[in-house]
Amino acid sequence: MKRRDFIIKSASAGFAASAALSLGGYKKLIDDKPLSQSYDLVAIMGGKPEAMFDLGIQELGGMGKFVSRGQKVLVKPNIGWDRTPEYAACTNPALVKRIIEHCFRAGAKEVYVFDHTVDNWVNCYRNSGIEKAAKDAGAKVVPANTENYYQEISIPEAKILKKTKVHQLLLETDVFINVPVLKNHDATHMTCAMKNMMGVVWDRAYWHRNNLHQCIADYALYNKKPVLHVIDCYNVMTKHGPQGVSKEDVAMLESQIITTDWVAGDAAAAKMIKLDPLRIDYIKIAHDMGIGNMNLDSLNIRRIKM
Amino acid sequence: MRSSLLKKIRQAVALAVFIVFCVIFLDYRHLIPEKYFDIPLWFQFVPSAIKFVTIGMVAGSGFLAVLLLTILTGRTYCSFLCPLGILQDLFSRIGGKIKRRFKRFGFKRPHTVLRYSLLAVTVLVVSFGGIYVLSLLDPYSIFGRFATYFAKPVILALNNFLSGILEKFDVYTIAHVQIPTFNALVYLVPAGFLLLVGILSLTKGRLYCNSICPVGTFLGLISKISLLRIKFDESKCTKCGRCAIACKSFCIDFLNKKIDNSRCVECFNCINSCPDKALSYSLVTTGKKKTETDSEKRNFIGGLILILTGLSVKSLAQEEEQKVEHKASTVKEKKTFPVSPPGSTGIENFNSKCTACSLCISACPNNVLVPSLVQYGITGIMQPHMDYHKGFCAYECTRCLEICPTGAIMPLELEAKKLTKIGTAIFIRDNCIVETERTACGACAESCPTKAVHMVPFEGNLTIPETNDEICIGCGHCEFACPVVPYKAIYVDGIPVHKAAKKPENVQTDLKHEDFPF
Repeated sequence: MKRRDFIIKSASAGFAASAALSLGGYKKLIDDKPLSQSYDLVAIMGGKPEAMFDLGIQELGGMGKFVSRGQKVLVKPNIGWDRTPEYAACTNPALVKRIIEHCFRAGAKEVYVFDHTVDNWVNCYRNSGIEKAAKDAGAKVVPANTENYYQEISIPEAKILKKTKVHQLLLETDVFINVPVLKNHDATHMTCAMKNMMGVVWDRAYWHRNNLHQCIADYALYNKKPVLHVIDCYNVMTKHGPQGVSKEDVAMLESQIITTDWVAGDAAAAKMIKLDPLRIDYIKIAHDMGIGNMNLDSLNIRRIKM
Repeated sequence: MRSSLLKKIRQAVALAVFIVFCVIFLDYRHLIPEKYFDIPLWFQFVPSAIKFVTIGMVAGSGFLAVLLLTILTGRTYCSFLCPLGILQDLFSRIGGKIKRRFKRFGFKRPHTVLRYSLLAVTVLVVSFGGIYVLSLLDPYSIFGRFATYFAKPVILALNNFLSGILEKFDVYTIAHVQIPTFNALVYLVPAGFLLLVGILSLTKGRLYCNSICPVGTFLGLISKISLLRIKFDESKCTKCGRCAIACKSFCIDFLNKKIDNSRCVECFNCINSCPDKALSYSLVTTGKKKTETDSEKRNFIGGLILILTGLSVKSLAQEEEQKVEHKASTVKEKKTFPVSPPGSTGIENFNSKCTACSLCISACPNNVLVPSLVQYGITGIMQPHMDYHKGFCAYECTRCLEICPTGAIMPLELEAKKLTKIGTAIFIRDNCIVETERTACGACAESCPTKAVHMVPFEGNLTIPETNDEICIGCGHCEFACPVVPYKAIYVDGIPVHKAAKKPENVQTDLKHEDFPF
């Protein structure tokens, strides 16, 4: 281990520990301290989104493992809807903020946040609370509302989605962190990690027209992959998704899933809302295409209850 | 008062008003809350008059204020407050720079027949319940259309140019904006008027205001009895004619030392131009010469007031069936009615009050309001309707309701607007991806804010849309989102009279985990 890495790791570990301890009631951090474990997936339950992330990322070796000094980072939450945080239609702003803080702590030069929203983007950015949270953490919040922000890329191995336009910042940044929120979804039963990529492309209608599930899986083949998926399951929209009708749709699950395998992440997330991952076609397709592993039993999963 | 200050005051006020109206129409980033627009919009004559007639005293009192102002000061409205008037002064100034001849006016006889005929036609049509002539000729609305259809695209293009440059430096504070596109035919009306007003004002000062504009003609009639007006001091005047040359209304007959007060817009240019200080702006003097009463015009004014006040009763009494021209039948989406914006209470009501100033079109953050061509019938040309191929009505937005100066779109509380049904979603199963391709879609259902459009089990893991009329409010998000081309698989048909939608019911979810489910 290089000295620099060691320092970064120690610092982030200390940061996580202090944050966790300051919230109190947590013993596991002291009980066993795995420093270089290689978990496929870390699931945390029973804390605030920030505290759960502090612990979870620590279990995966700290943010320094994913973000190096001087790198540009793209953090992509779900900001798709003009809804306030308690509706859980968008990613929890406190979580987004904490992830950005970790990125800067790991030495990121710049952190960018955007989403191609469904509702009016100005209102989505503002009312989701994400714009303010991200700016407070020092990130640049970037528009994604017009086509000129997008550039065409190709995905040669894709079955259907061989070409699509993605946001230029996806191409210009060094590290990509996916921060979806788990929700019930009218069209695909569930939206989470892989489906969150519909917010980095311009023409979503194409996906809807041309076998939505296959397109979602196809996009996951694109080589600019997120290095990390932080799945927000703190407040979860269990029905009427992805927009929700009222707060009655929201269950407070106080959970979080952090993984480097989005097929596994989506499979685990599906179970959080009592769905069989096999019912969600894109998970199955992605698994079969070798994008990830949906068989949770064969994975090294770290489960933490706070 | 003889001071040259008058002209400076007029210029300062006019400039301020002009800037305010430019901001109102061009504030594409919606930086200024709608409530600040109320005051400048309140004193716009025609919108205020419509509010006065249809809603009542308080809301439309701006119209009374302008009448009072005219009785006191003459047609100051035209020079100080009318954005189109001020725009013409700017054009006239430019005209003078191009050719000096364009700024040498002199005295001309008024186009009496033309101006009174146009006023009469406007009033007559209005009194029979048609607003279209007034919409075409209302100066504020004409200005609004110039701003919306000509100035705003230029501003947006500039914004995008700047945004592109800043982006190169990793600065994203100015976002790129979509420039809305409208049917080219819609441009016929504003382009025609731009040509007419532009040429007339460039070369002939305020000729438009004094021969075509019904508001100018109407206020001109009232200014015949105004207290303050421009007067000759006959003992000082040397008949040099400079005042007449400076008068952009062509209304100073310096040889006879007479001013046609019906055409004077109180610009005060003449006062400044007079080397002998023979002109002043002062109280009309009673005494030496009784102004002869023009009984014909008195009757005319009386008639006008009668018609205007009678209108309020008439508009309430109208109960005829709405006639809206159907869309061409070649379109698979069979829209029987256009969709009028929420708060307009219905198509007929909307059509009778909207002057097509296009402020709502300019203010709509989602570009869903577009000028109509024949959707409301030819008489409703330029009046906005909801085009769900261009955008959708945002669930949390009430901007057009708050901004409308005529009361064609009335304010509603957000919660009330969310339950106002302006149309109804109709699903065409044979167009739907799920039916035709047997692949998942659901773009319509995911967009629906009330879940009036929702997915029900289909084959295997597939689900297919279903609509619930009772809770559908007709926001059009489903139609906008539907990815099928060229005809949509779901569309919103307008309803002639808006209704109250049922509030969507919901039950608390009971999902809970004691431990990880995996």
